[in-house]
Amino acid sequence: MALNINTQLDLNARALGIANQRLELLADNVANADTPGYKARDIDFRTAMQSAGSGGDLGLKATSKGHMQLDGIAGPNTATPMYRVPDQPSLDGNTVDSQRENAAIAETSVRYQASLTFLSAQIRSLREAINGGR
Amino acid sequence: MGMFRIFDISGSAMSAQSVRLNTTASNLANANTVASSPDAAYRSRQPVFQTVMNNSAGAAAPESAGVRVAGVVETSAEPARLYDPGNPMADKDGYIYMSNVNPVDELVNMISASRSYQSNVEVLNTSKELLMRTLSIGQ
Repeated sequence: MALNINTQLDLNARALGIANQRLELLADNVANADTPGYKARDIDFRTAMQSAGSGGDLGLKATSKGHMQLDGIAGPNTATPMYRVPDQPSLDGNTVDSQRENAAIAETSVRYQASLTFLSAQIRSLREAINGGR
Repeated sequence: MGMFRIFDISGSAMSAQSVRLNTTASNLANANTVASSPDAAYRSRQPVFQTVMNNSAGAAAPESAGVRVAGVVETSAEPARLYDPGNPMADKDGYIYMSNVNPVDELVNMISASRSYQSNVEVLNTSKELLMRTLSIGQ
Protein backbone atom coordinates (compact mmCIF):
# COMPACT_ATOMS: atom_id res chain seq x y z
CA MET A 1 0.00 0.00 0.00
CA ALA A 2 1.43 3.31 -1.01
CA LEU A 3 1.68 5.78 1.81
CA ASN A 4 0.21 9.15 0.98
CA ILE A 5 1.15 11.79 3.54
CA ASN A 6 -1.70 14.03 2.40
CA THR A 7 -4.42 11.46 3.05
CA GLN A 8 -2.72 10.46 6.29
CA LEU A 9 -2.88 13.92 7.77
CA ASP A 10 -5.95 15.10 5.91
CA LEU A 11 -8.79 14.10 8.20
CA ASN A 12 -7.44 15.70 11.35
CA ALA A 13 -6.33 18.78 9.47
CA ARG A 14 -9.91 19.23 8.26
CA ALA A 15 -11.25 18.66 11.74
CA LEU A 16 -8.90 21.39 12.97
CA GLY A 17 -10.16 23.77 10.30
CA ILE A 18 -13.80 23.17 11.15
CA ALA A 19 -13.19 23.42 14.91
CA ASN A 20 -11.40 26.69 14.23
CA GLN A 21 -14.31 28.03 12.18
CA ARG A 22 -16.74 27.03 14.91
CA LEU A 23 -14.62 28.69 17.61
CA GLU A 24 -14.64 31.86 15.55
CA LEU A 25 -18.44 31.85 15.31
CA LEU A 26 -18.77 31.16 19.04
CA ALA A 27 -16.34 33.97 19.86
CA ASP A 28 -18.52 36.20 17.73
CA ASN A 29 -21.61 35.14 19.66
CA VAL A 30 -19.94 35.88 23.00
CA ALA A 31 -18.70 39.23 21.70
CA ASN A 32 -22.23 40.18 20.70
CA ALA A 33 -23.93 38.88 23.85
CA ASP A 34 -25.15 42.42 24.63
CA THR A 35 -25.92 43.63 21.10
CA PRO A 36 -29.65 44.15 20.54
CA GLY A 37 -31.05 42.13 17.63
CA TYR A 38 -27.96 39.94 17.18
CA LYS A 39 -28.79 36.37 16.13
CA ALA A 40 -26.43 33.70 17.48
CA ARG A 41 -24.90 31.42 14.84
CA ASP A 42 -23.29 28.03 15.00
CA ILE A 43 -22.26 25.13 12.75
CA ASP A 44 -23.03 21.48 13.17
CA PHE A 45 -19.70 19.71 13.57
CA ARG A 46 -20.89 16.34 12.25
CA THR A 47 -22.51 17.71 9.09
CA ALA A 48 -19.51 19.93 8.46
CA MET A 49 -17.12 16.98 8.74
CA GLN A 50 -19.32 14.81 6.51
CA SER A 51 -19.51 17.40 3.76
CA ALA A 52 -15.76 18.01 4.03
CA GLY A 53 -15.08 14.27 3.97
CA SER A 54 -17.22 13.38 0.94
CA GLY A 55 -15.33 15.89 -1.15
CA GLY A 56 -18.62 16.74 -2.92
CA ASP A 57 -18.80 20.28 -4.12
CA LEU A 58 -16.49 21.58 -1.46
CA GLY A 59 -13.29 20.14 -2.93
CA LEU A 60 -10.97 21.99 -5.26
CA LYS A 61 -11.54 21.34 -8.97
CA ALA A 62 -8.95 21.13 -11.72
CA THR A 63 -10.48 23.16 -14.55
CA SER A 64 -7.44 23.29 -16.79
CA LYS A 65 -4.77 20.87 -17.91
CA GLY A 66 -2.17 23.07 -16.28
CA HIS A 67 -3.66 22.56 -12.83
CA MET A 68 -1.99 20.17 -10.44
CA GLN A 69 -3.72 16.98 -9.42
CA LEU A 70 -5.59 17.69 -6.26
CA ASP A 71 -6.30 14.16 -5.05
CA GLY A 72 -6.22 13.90 -1.32
CA ILE A 73 -5.95 17.60 -0.70
CA ALA A 74 -8.62 19.04 1.53
CA GLY A 75 -11.27 21.29 0.12
CA PRO A 76 -11.94 24.59 1.82
CA ASN A 77 -12.62 23.98 5.49
CA THR A 78 -15.85 25.89 5.63
CA ALA A 79 -19.36 25.06 6.63
CA THR A 80 -22.48 27.17 6.31
CA PRO A 81 -23.35 28.76 9.64
CA MET A 82 -26.94 28.37 10.82
CA TYR A 83 -28.92 30.58 13.17
CA ARG A 84 -29.54 29.09 16.55
CA VAL A 85 -33.08 28.62 17.87
CA PRO A 86 -33.14 30.35 21.28
CA ASP A 87 -34.34 28.50 24.37
CA GLN A 88 -36.27 31.56 25.40
CA PRO A 89 -36.80 34.77 23.46
CA SER A 90 -35.41 38.00 24.85
CA LEU A 91 -36.99 41.43 24.59
CA ASP A 92 -34.18 43.00 22.55
CA GLY A 93 -34.14 40.23 19.91
CA ASN A 94 -30.73 38.88 20.95
CA THR A 95 -30.53 35.08 20.81
CA VAL A 96 -27.12 34.58 22.47
CA ASP A 97 -27.21 32.24 25.46
CA SER A 98 -23.91 32.68 27.35
CA GLN A 99 -24.12 29.29 29.06
CA ARG A 100 -24.62 27.46 25.78
CA GLU A 101 -21.82 29.42 24.14
CA ASN A 102 -19.41 28.63 26.96
CA ALA A 103 -20.29 24.95 26.86
CA ALA A 104 -19.88 24.87 23.08
CA ILE A 105 -16.52 26.65 23.33
CA ALA A 106 -15.29 24.12 25.91
CA GLU A 107 -16.46 21.24 23.69
CA THR A 108 -14.88 22.66 20.54
CA SER A 109 -11.65 23.40 22.33
CA VAL A 110 -11.44 19.78 23.51
CA ARG A 111 -12.14 18.56 19.96
CA TYR A 112 -9.45 20.89 18.66
CA GLN A 113 -6.93 19.59 21.18
CA ALA A 114 -7.88 15.99 20.38
CA SER A 115 -7.26 16.61 16.68
CA LEU A 116 -3.96 18.27 17.53
CA THR A 117 -2.91 15.26 19.60
CA PHE A 118 -3.83 12.83 16.81
CA LEU A 119 -2.04 14.96 14.24
CA SER A 120 1.06 15.15 16.44
CA ALA A 121 1.07 11.39 16.88
CA GLN A 122 0.72 10.84 13.13
CA ILE A 123 3.55 13.23 12.39
CA ARG A 124 5.68 11.48 15.00
CA SER A 125 5.02 8.08 13.50
CA LEU A 126 5.71 9.33 9.96
CA ARG A 127 8.98 10.78 11.22
CA GLU A 128 9.74 7.47 12.85
CA ALA A 129 9.17 5.73 9.51
CA ILE A 130 11.37 8.24 7.69
CA ASN A 131 14.21 7.82 10.16
CA GLY A 132 13.86 4.05 10.12
CA GLY A 133 13.50 3.86 13.87
CA ARG A 134 16.90 5.42 14.56
CA MET B 1 -5.57 33.58 9.07
CA GLY B 2 -8.52 32.10 10.93
CA MET B 3 -7.43 31.76 14.52
CA PHE B 4 -6.16 35.31 14.74
CA ARG B 5 -9.61 36.68 13.95
CA ILE B 6 -10.82 35.53 17.35
CA PHE B 7 -8.40 38.01 18.89
CA ASP B 8 -9.97 40.82 16.87
CA ILE B 9 -13.51 39.69 17.70
CA SER B 10 -12.96 39.28 21.44
CA GLY B 11 -10.80 42.39 21.54
CA SER B 12 -13.57 44.48 19.97
CA ALA B 13 -16.04 43.13 22.52
CA MET B 14 -13.68 43.92 25.39
CA SER B 15 -13.24 47.45 24.15
CA ALA B 16 -17.03 47.86 23.75
CA GLN B 17 -17.64 46.56 27.26
CA SER B 18 -15.03 48.89 28.69
CA VAL B 19 -16.79 51.83 27.00
CA ARG B 20 -19.93 50.61 28.79
CA LEU B 21 -18.04 50.48 32.11
CA ASN B 22 -16.73 53.99 31.43
CA THR B 23 -20.21 55.42 30.89
CA THR B 24 -21.40 53.63 34.03
CA ALA B 25 -18.56 55.20 36.01
CA SER B 26 -19.39 58.62 34.58
CA ASN B 27 -23.10 58.19 35.37
CA LEU B 28 -22.47 57.06 38.93
CA ALA B 29 -19.98 59.87 39.50
CA ASN B 30 -22.60 62.38 38.37
CA ALA B 31 -25.54 60.76 40.15
CA ASN B 32 -25.75 63.63 42.63
CA THR B 33 -24.77 66.62 40.50
CA VAL B 34 -27.31 69.43 40.40
CA ALA B 35 -28.04 72.10 37.83
CA SER B 36 -30.10 75.29 37.72
CA SER B 37 -32.15 74.31 34.64
CA PRO B 38 -33.52 71.01 33.27
CA ASP B 39 -31.43 71.42 30.09
CA ALA B 40 -28.20 71.78 32.03
CA ALA B 41 -28.91 68.77 34.28
CA TYR B 42 -26.72 65.71 33.77
CA ARG B 43 -28.45 62.97 31.81
CA SER B 44 -27.45 59.33 32.08
CA ARG B 45 -25.34 58.20 29.10
CA GLN B 46 -25.73 54.74 27.58
CA PRO B 47 -23.65 53.13 24.81
CA VAL B 48 -25.40 51.47 21.85
CA PHE B 49 -23.76 48.26 20.62
CA GLN B 50 -23.78 47.19 16.99
CA THR B 51 -22.52 44.06 15.22
CA VAL B 52 -19.74 44.72 12.71
CA MET B 53 -20.58 42.88 9.48
CA ASN B 54 -17.69 41.98 7.23
CA ASN B 55 -18.88 41.24 3.69
CA SER B 56 -15.69 39.84 2.27
CA ALA B 57 -15.73 38.83 -1.40
CA GLY B 58 -16.55 35.19 -2.03
CA ALA B 59 -18.14 34.59 1.36
CA ALA B 60 -21.45 32.75 1.15
CA ALA B 61 -22.97 34.58 4.12
CA PRO B 62 -21.94 37.93 5.57
CA GLU B 63 -19.48 37.23 8.32
CA SER B 64 -19.66 39.25 11.42
CA ALA B 65 -16.45 40.37 12.98
CA GLY B 66 -17.10 41.53 16.48
CA VAL B 67 -18.98 44.42 17.95
CA ARG B 68 -18.57 48.16 18.05
CA VAL B 69 -20.09 51.06 19.93
CA ALA B 70 -22.38 52.75 17.42
CA GLY B 71 -22.82 55.76 19.68
CA VAL B 72 -23.47 56.97 23.16
CA VAL B 73 -27.00 58.29 23.75
CA GLU B 74 -28.35 60.35 26.61
CA THR B 75 -31.50 58.98 28.23
CA SER B 76 -34.61 61.10 27.89
CA ALA B 77 -36.03 60.71 31.42
CA GLU B 78 -36.94 64.08 32.98
CA PRO B 79 -34.49 65.27 35.66
CA ALA B 80 -36.08 65.45 39.10
CA ARG B 81 -36.88 68.98 40.41
CA LEU B 82 -36.14 69.74 44.04
CA TYR B 83 -37.04 72.80 46.09
CA ASP B 84 -33.82 73.93 47.75
CA PRO B 85 -33.61 77.76 47.93
CA GLY B 86 -30.41 77.66 49.98
CA ASN B 87 -28.49 75.88 47.21
CA PRO B 88 -26.19 78.20 45.22
CA MET B 89 -27.36 76.44 42.02
CA ALA B 90 -31.06 77.17 42.70
CA ASP B 91 -32.98 79.07 40.01
CA LYS B 92 -35.00 82.20 40.75
CA ASP B 93 -37.92 80.15 42.14
CA GLY B 94 -35.59 78.20 44.44
CA TYR B 95 -35.55 74.92 42.48
CA ILE B 96 -32.56 72.75 41.60
CA TYR B 97 -32.53 69.98 38.99
CA MET B 98 -30.99 66.61 39.83
CA SER B 99 -29.40 64.28 37.27
CA ASN B 100 -31.69 61.55 35.93
CA VAL B 101 -29.20 58.76 36.77
CA ASN B 102 -30.75 55.67 38.36
CA PRO B 103 -27.98 54.17 40.52
CA VAL B 104 -29.65 50.74 40.61
CA ASP B 105 -29.72 50.55 36.80
CA GLU B 106 -26.10 51.62 36.67
CA LEU B 107 -24.94 49.01 39.16
CA VAL B 108 -26.77 46.27 37.25
CA ASN B 109 -25.14 47.55 34.05
CA MET B 110 -21.76 47.49 35.73
CA ILE B 111 -22.12 43.86 36.80
CA SER B 112 -23.38 42.84 33.37
CA ALA B 113 -20.50 44.64 31.63
CA SER B 114 -17.86 43.13 33.86
CA ARG B 115 -19.29 39.61 33.40
CA SER B 116 -19.35 40.05 29.61
CA TYR B 117 -15.78 41.34 29.72
CA GLN B 118 -14.76 38.26 31.70
CA SER B 119 -16.33 35.82 29.24
CA ASN B 120 -14.51 37.52 26.38
CA VAL B 121 -11.21 37.26 28.23
CA GLU B 122 -12.01 33.58 28.74
CA VAL B 123 -12.59 33.06 24.99
CA LEU B 124 -9.37 34.90 24.22
CA ASN B 125 -7.38 32.76 26.66
CA THR B 126 -8.85 29.54 25.25
CA SER B 127 -7.95 30.42 21.69
CA LYS B 128 -4.50 31.62 22.74
CA GLU B 129 -3.89 28.30 24.43
CA LEU B 130 -5.03 26.41 21.33
CA LEU B 131 -2.78 28.54 19.14
CA MET B 132 0.22 27.87 21.35
CA ARG B 133 -0.47 24.15 21.18
CA THR B 134 -0.83 24.36 17.41
CA LEU B 135 2.57 26.00 17.19
CA SER B 136 4.16 23.06 18.96
CA ILE B 137 2.54 20.46 16.70
CA GLY B 138 4.65 17.42 15.76
CA GLN B 139 7.18 17.95 18.51
